[in-house]
Amino acid sequence: MLIDKKHIGMKVPPHSVTPTAWQLKWFAKATGETNPIYFDEAAAAQAGLPGVLVPPTFFFCMDMDKDHPFDYLETMGCDLGKMLHGEQSFVYHQPVHSGEKLDFDGVITDIYDKKNGALQFVVKDVKVLRQGELVCDVHSVMVIRA
Amino acid sequence: MTKPNFDALNVGDAIPSFTTEPVSRLTLALYATGSGDHHPLHLDQDYVRSKGIPDVFAHGMLGMAYLGRLLTQWVPQAAIRSFGVRFTAITQVGERLVCTGKVVEKLEQAGEKCVRLELTCANEQGEAKHKADAVVALT
Repeated sequence: MLIDKKHIGMKVPPHSVTPTAWQLKWFAKATGETNPIYFDEAAAAQAGLPGVLVPPTFFFCMDMDKDHPFDYLETMGCDLGKMLHGEQSFVYHQPVHSGEKLDFDGVITDIYDKKNGALQFVVKDVKVLRQGELVCDVHSVMVIRA
Repeated sequence: MTKPNFDALNVGDAIPSFTTEPVSRLTLALYATGSGDHHPLHLDQDYVRSKGIPDVFAHGMLGMAYLGRLLTQWVPQAAIRSFGVRFTAITQVGERLVCTGKVVEKLEQAGEKCVRLELTCANEQGEAKHKADAVVALT
């Protein structure tokens, strides 16, 4: 069944995340990061940073950091078992550090299909704000297989 | 960290590459903790077998994180203007990922001298897992 295009423009339930040095330490360990500004608060402070630096792709993790990260697909009636991550991109405006509270404000910007509906694409664009200042745009394309 | 010199870079120039350690089940457990993504497809062999899949496989965003590290080893992170990826294949446990990048365009964007990079994360057999691009400011 094709997803109803009336959902284009739907607001995603907003959420807020404060990245922690603890979680970023594990992210750095998992990704083989050796630059201590990404996991050591003392090294970050020595580099003049207010906290450990949030790495480029961690904005996706924070966007997903909610009880039902794909709530918008559930609202559309999608089977999450048939979901694939198609594309992911970011536009960066300001660096972000551990301890800084971020607000995630998302909207569904497109829904389209290919191969006669065998693949459906749901596009979500999220603005990440720190005290009202735009720090990052997060653009995600999820694919739903028939 | 000093930024590469814009004028000295040419289209086609490669940026320093690296090859990861083999992606292990431990890597996936660590990435689950670091990312917060504990989906059983990446962690629970009993679950994936019940779905007819032979083994757990890597989070797509793990490969993008490796490509992010490729960028931040080359320039300070604040120089990255945009970074995007298309996921083209699944990474299996045991694969090493070869992360490479090259300059494909020199451009001016919002008054800044920038380069556009094409980045690839592939296994050692050359199968691309992710194709990415990034715009980096060098002024």
